[in-house]
Amino acid sequence: MTETVLKVTDLKVAFGQFEAVKGLSLELRERETLALVGESGSGKSATALSILRLIEREGGRIAGGNIRLAQNGNFLDLAALPEDRLAGLRGNQVSMVFQEPMTSLNPVLTIGDQVSEVFVRHRGMTRKDAHRAAGQALDEVRIPEPGRRLGQYPHELSGGLRQRVMIAMALACRPKLLIADEPTTALDVTTQAEILKLIKTLQAEIGMAVLFITHDMGVVAEIADRVAVLKSGTKVEEADVFDLFQRPEAPYSRRLMAATPKLGEGSRVGAAGSETVLSVEGLSTRFQSRKRLFASREAGVLAVDNVSIRVRKGETLGLVGESGCGKSTLARSILRLIEPECGRVEIGGNVLSGLPAKDLRSSRKHAQMVFQDPFASLNPRLPVRDLVTEPARIHGVVKAGDLRDFAASLVTRVGLEEDAIDRFPHQFSGGQRQRLCIARALSVSPKLIIADEAVSALDVSIARQITDLMLDLQLRDGLSFLFISHDIAVVERISHRIAVMYKGRIVETGPCEEVLRQPKHAYTQRLLDAVPSPDPERRRLAMPAAGLEKIAV
Amino acid sequence: MSEAAVGAPATRFWFPGASVWRQGNWILRAALIVGLGLVLITLAAPLIAPFDPTDQSLISRLRPPLGFERYKDGYLLGTDELGRDILTRCIYGLRLTFALALAGAVIGLLIGGTLGLVSGIAGGRTDDAIMGLVDAQIAIPMTLVALLILSVFGSTIEVIVFVLGLYGWEQFARILRAEVKKLKQMPFVEAARAAGAAPLRIALRHILPNVVSPMVVQFTLNFSNIVIWESTLSFLGLGVQPPTATLGSMVGTGRDYLPTAPWIVLAPAMTILLLTFAVQILGDWLRDRADVRLRSR
Repeated sequence: MTETVLKVTDLKVAFGQFEAVKGLSLELRERETLALVGESGSGKSATALSILRLIEREGGRIAGGNIRLAQNGNFLDLAALPEDRLAGLRGNQVSMVFQEPMTSLNPVLTIGDQVSEVFVRHRGMTRKDAHRAAGQALDEVRIPEPGRRLGQYPHELSGGLRQRVMIAMALACRPKLLIADEPTTALDVTTQAEILKLIKTLQAEIGMAVLFITHDMGVVAEIADRVAVLKSGTKVEEADVFDLFQRPEAPYSRRLMAATPKLGEGSRVGAAGSETVLSVEGLSTRFQSRKRLFASREAGVLAVDNVSIRVRKGETLGLVGESGCGKSTLARSILRLIEPECGRVEIGGNVLSGLPAKDLRSSRKHAQMVFQDPFASLNPRLPVRDLVTEPARIHGVVKAGDLRDFAASLVTRVGLEEDAIDRFPHQFSGGQRQRLCIARALSVSPKLIIADEAVSALDVSIARQITDLMLDLQLRDGLSFLFISHDIAVVERISHRIAVMYKGRIVETGPCEEVLRQPKHAYTQRLLDAVPSPDPERRRLAMPAAGLEKIAV
Repeated sequence: MSEAAVGAPATRFWFPGASVWRQGNWILRAALIVGLGLVLITLAAPLIAPFDPTDQSLISRLRPPLGFERYKDGYLLGTDELGRDILTRCIYGLRLTFALALAGAVIGLLIGGTLGLVSGIAGGRTDDAIMGLVDAQIAIPMTLVALLILSVFGSTIEVIVFVLGLYGWEQFARILRAEVKKLKQMPFVEAARAAGAAPLRIALRHILPNVVSPMVVQFTLNFSNIVIWESTLSFLGLGVQPPTATLGSMVGTGRDYLPTAPWIVLAPAMTILLLTFAVQILGDWLRDRADVRLRSR
């Protein structure tokens, strides 16, 4: 019989007048993993922060309900506990791992200082003992060479290692409850797989309960025992993970499942033409490490290394790879937003390489780009009518008098209302902004659109709408796409062919099916293995023996 | 309830800053009243000033303001050490100070703004050269340079405006350069480049509108500083030459009489306070106004 660790009843969290969580009840037992799933704005992070009462620092407050934590056979109401007693619990009995491993560590303190701090604070150890304990803690989270890491600073560690350090700190005092708020969202799939496995293993060793917050159904299927689906601050469904994936009850859960791209689901792309729209040959881009007087030309990092790709009319080439592999640099080098070192780029019969600046600018109308962050890629000071028509104005495609009508036709093409043209970007949601970015790209009727992680910042259902929009535009207008993403499942849905990039090189390219079914390169294989599958029956991450033990709820 | 109350207000008096009045809180409204009042006083100085600012009357020197013993009829705010009417001198002093500070701050904005924009956009050698100039400006004590210029070319109004314009331009340049460098990395600027926009278009349409806010704030700060700096120069005897009144010089000369005749300093000092208060608050409002994200609320 496992005992209850946390009992949340009728929790209400408010930010000013806005109620972010509207009466949520949860129960968590020892050794159990409860996943809190929902799209942005569903109140999942607000719930997580409320449990540690960190919500007050974010400007919110607990407006009602109880948060009871088991303590020596009794329950302690965290919602009513004074601040000084809470400080003793945080990082000790309840600890938290955050999304951003880049910013959750103090950049001016060594790893050793930060991890040993926990032991000094909660275990009353001396600095020396704490330092030794910190070494063990790093060893526990399987960080190679823990002794050396203690003296290093956060910037010397990769994202995955930093997240391991965060976990080491969170687990240092053997908490009863670990709250993990999107701990793998900022990581690459292969790193994500390692972190998930680590959390699962340590849970089995320590026996803590885990409250896992995520938007990714694939991650849920991999790690959760039970799942609570949140929507606009209310729980729409709570179920065993197997039940939820087989028989989702609530309509919203079903929609969420349907929107989640699954690897191996195939795509509904149309037939591609034969005419070549984009041809890249032997493209290399080097980043100079530092300006030095006598530096040889060979110094610096080769971010794009002799890449050759080809995209035909009406075709989508999916470019996948991990962060830092050179995908975005390749995209920018193709358009010469970054000057490549060598190579030849031809878009729709126009050779971009070697063009003088003025001709380069006028030939940019053949290819347009859509960026990742819809909040930053629209000038906040301009109204939509000016934003979406800007490329057309630059290239003289539209006369000033026809501007409004033209803007209206563009926004309707991407599925927005006509009256959107007089509004400003901040009045739109992320998905709508991405539609505006696409409208802007369409304004010059380009032959090719390069979408750089264009749906990565969006919720799954919104991302699906955007990829559907791209498919529709392709079927209707014969547009070609270079679709860059780290998410292979999304790429599969939209692409005819896939190119896999690794350390600046294209290691494999071929038809979508072929690359995914019979990957030739070892790296492709590794990438595919790491993708979490949204099916708890087929967990891909090898689970430790102890962790497989199913808990009676 | 009348019909008119439902729709747009039937009568809407228009005056400069009417929209400020409708949107603002009480402090903004106070600043608006003070600001408009000061501008009106400045414009109508010869009409409303009771005396000539340079008329001396040694018999009635150091008279206190209305309500005190030895008050002299007509001299509402008292007289200074030469028997000149302080109210009159404040009005004329405000006029000159206002004009000098405005001119100085605008010149600083234009010099610093242009250099900062060029520096941020161009980068490379140009950036190094301009930033070198900025560093030099910071390193050299500005008061000494001002003293040199003023003593070589004389303390005419033109030279003083030029010297005041030199004050603080490096701050505009630094802030603008930093903002531009940040904005250059923004995806929307890259999007404009990818769309084929020429550098000038990017600078004017995408970068400039987004640096308005910090520029406005810096302008109001610089304005207040110049008011003070002008009085420093006057105090050193190199500012606007007596008997012409500026608020700064009035404070400077009144300093010696502070224990016995504090009103000589108080009146111009309060005027400076009101002026900088109005400029800062209205500048703050203007910054919010320039931001479309705040406007619609």
